[in-house]
Amino acid sequence: MSETNKKWYSLNLNQSKKSDSCGCGNNEGSCSEEKPKDGFDQIMDVSMSRRSAFKKITAGLVIGAGAVSTACSVVSGDESKEKSGIEWDEYFKGNYKLMTDEDKNKTVDRLTRSYELRTGKNLSMSSKDAEEDVLFGYAFNISKCQGYMDCVNACVEENNQDRSTEMQYIRIHEMEDGKGFNFEESDDNYYHEVPAENHFYMGTQCFHCDNPPCVEVCPVQATWKEKDGIVVIDYDWCIGCRYCMAACPYDGRRFNWKTPEVPEQEVNKKQHYLGNRLRKKGVMEKCTFCIQRTREGQNPACVEACPTGSRTFGNLLDPKSNIRWILENKKVFRLKEDLGTEPKFWYYMD
Amino acid sequence: MKTLKVFGSLVKDAFLEVTHGSKSYHIWMAVLSFIMLFGMYNYSIQLEEGLSATGMTDRVSWGLYISNFTFLVGVAAAAVMLVLPAYVLKNIDFKQAVLIGEGLAVSALLMCLAFVVADMGGPARLWHMIPIIGVFNFPNSMLAWDVIVLNGYLFINITIPLYILIMRYQGKTPNPKIYIPGVFISVFWAVGIHMVTAFLYQGLQARPFWNNALLGPRFLASAFAAGPALIIIVLAIIRKFTAFKVPDNTIKKISMIVTVAAQINLIMLISELFKEFYAPTHHSISAVYLFFGIGDKTALLPWIWTSISLNVFATVALTFHKVRSNLKLLYVLCGMLFVAIWIEKGFGLIVPGFIPGPWGKIAEYTPSLVEISVTLGIWAMGAFIFTVLAKTGIAIELGQLVYKKKK
Ligand code: SF4
Ligand code: SF4
Repeated sequence: MSETNKKWYSLNLNQSKKSDSCGCGNNEGSCSEEKPKDGFDQIMDVSMSRRSAFKKITAGLVIGAGAVSTACSVVSGDESKEKSGIEWDEYFKGNYKLMTDEDKNKTVDRLTRSYELRTGKNLSMSSKDAEEDVLFGYAFNISKCQGYMDCVNACVEENNQDRSTEMQYIRIHEMEDGKGFNFEESDDNYYHEVPAENHFYMGTQCFHCDNPPCVEVCPVQATWKEKDGIVVIDYDWCIGCRYCMAACPYDGRRFNWKTPEVPEQEVNKKQHYLGNRLRKKGVMEKCTFCIQRTREGQNPACVEACPTGSRTFGNLLDPKSNIRWILENKKVFRLKEDLGTEPKFWYYMD
Repeated sequence: MKTLKVFGSLVKDAFLEVTHGSKSYHIWMAVLSFIMLFGMYNYSIQLEEGLSATGMTDRVSWGLYISNFTFLVGVAAAAVMLVLPAYVLKNIDFKQAVLIGEGLAVSALLMCLAFVVADMGGPARLWHMIPIIGVFNFPNSMLAWDVIVLNGYLFINITIPLYILIMRYQGKTPNPKIYIPGVFISVFWAVGIHMVTAFLYQGLQARPFWNNALLGPRFLASAFAAGPALIIIVLAIIRKFTAFKVPDNTIKKISMIVTVAAQINLIMLISELFKEFYAPTHHSISAVYLFFGIGDKTALLPWIWTSISLNVFATVALTFHKVRSNLKLLYVLCGMLFVAIWIEKGFGLIVPGFIPGPWGKIAEYTPSLVEISVTLGIWAMGAFIFTVLAKTGIAIELGQLVYKKKK
């Protein structure tokens, strides 16, 4: 992002910001490298065929042995053949960030088909890219929040989070009046009637940092910042090292310590590849600003669910948006600004 | 072609060598195998259930595995630092120590890699990390650096002793022009694996306990105490059970290294404690938790105080020349130092990094039985590999294992 359309005050650490729009580093003139190439071309300058070669070599190895034998077997039915074929292709697919549109569609097709084979139900999965001139941001009104946690529940339902371990992206911290923002003494796990007397509430989640440390540290680039500012994870590329979790200063990330469980009838079938599609064990996940909704022009589920109107979401590049009005007219602040992570999540009071 | 044949015959001979031995040797190996199998069984449980079989949670997301990994990187690096005096200063009596040291480095590295794999949520997807077919986040991610330096180090530490042993095996003298450059590279590389591993933690602004410029140097100092301490103990055992002659002098020289490193380490510890407790800030909470506990959350107290008392006691005792020259005492002190640093560089470093959490939550961590069993299994694997390597190496050095040309 160029400095000119930066819409908030930022810590000037003299860091040269990398340009999001162009990988070639040439900001004058248009970007020449527009033809979508396979990521392995972009990064390693080798053709995709290397991985196909690897695929063939590994064919005899244990990991795929089961799948292959079923795929080639004459006895097993067409469905199980198809299933193992899908598993096989899914195992060897590349990093989503570097896929061509065609590859993206293929993997989405495979995933929806495999769900159909497993449950007999259909789901719709999108692979919609970021739109031009959009940069999402979020504002939270501390004066209004009453701690009802409707946002938390809406988020869990919207994003197909594991019900068995009660995974939640949003944490609401209950703080005592007169002690300021004292996170140490606040309670983020309360079970009593709200609003409690002499308390105020503050929500945290992934802040979609503009300079996200979690992205830098990932050894396999399984997590990255999209052009509209959303920090996403490719659940199929993540190897589960949890380095990003250690690097996040905001407790934004959640890990699937076991196979996540979502009852079939509760599964949200409107999904996005980078958003709320079903996860597996051993991968990282987190808030995606409800990418499956926001890229379609809707608000995130938490914003919609909040009964008090504490939550505002919008496009930071649109001068007429509510979020811009808040940034320009309220006394906003962000948490741990000294770390230089530049969260796109602001707090303010009435 | 010929080298291949020699290598083939070496492998065969080595196999014969390691499958034959005294009764105590067989018992030792059987016990190790049993622990390894037990660890493997527990790992299969972990694979089945996911990492929920361990004690780790979203609040403390690295535990016993990464602690041991961190510590062993140190051991691997320090073992090789003994190489320098041996080959370069022509200090003959270090040579045996070096062979043992390199064997130790190789086993420690293999254990490191095993610990990393055990810690992964998706070990089947690890190929995503292989350059060219996967996507490697180089040079941004310190973990990517670590993978490179560790594997490079492993490669160097396998090739150098292999070259020397193959030459000896054939009854030739190894050519210093070939291996000395390798030795130099490996010594610099050893410092490299250390610093990179320290940077892995040091580079995280999210964790003030780690985000501290002293972390890298302290890694070095503590490793140069723990690694050679382990070598002294191993040499003592080898001296007792094999015909391999290790002169007292060698052990005494190594104990010198241990002592100096332990003293430097202690100074750095004092410096850290001073910073945390003279003018405590918001960022000192991790240290307070580690050393004094917070409220009723005191899980690390027994560990860290054991570590500190062992550390201080051993370091002070080693400082006295008289004590150090008494070999029996020396072994005990080395053992104490090793345990102290294992606690300090493992548990004492990794766990408090996550406590308090980013929002001040104090959630404690206790490793689960599965986790402990897998850890034991990996340690047994390391000991097993080391025994095999050392036994072969010693047999070749002693001239019991020689290449016979077939007619
Ligand atoms: S809040 Fe944490 S997880 Fe979200 S972008 Fe920032 S560093 Fe990454
Ligand atoms: S857990 Fe996944 S997303 Fe996070 S750093 Fe590791 S591979 Fe990357």
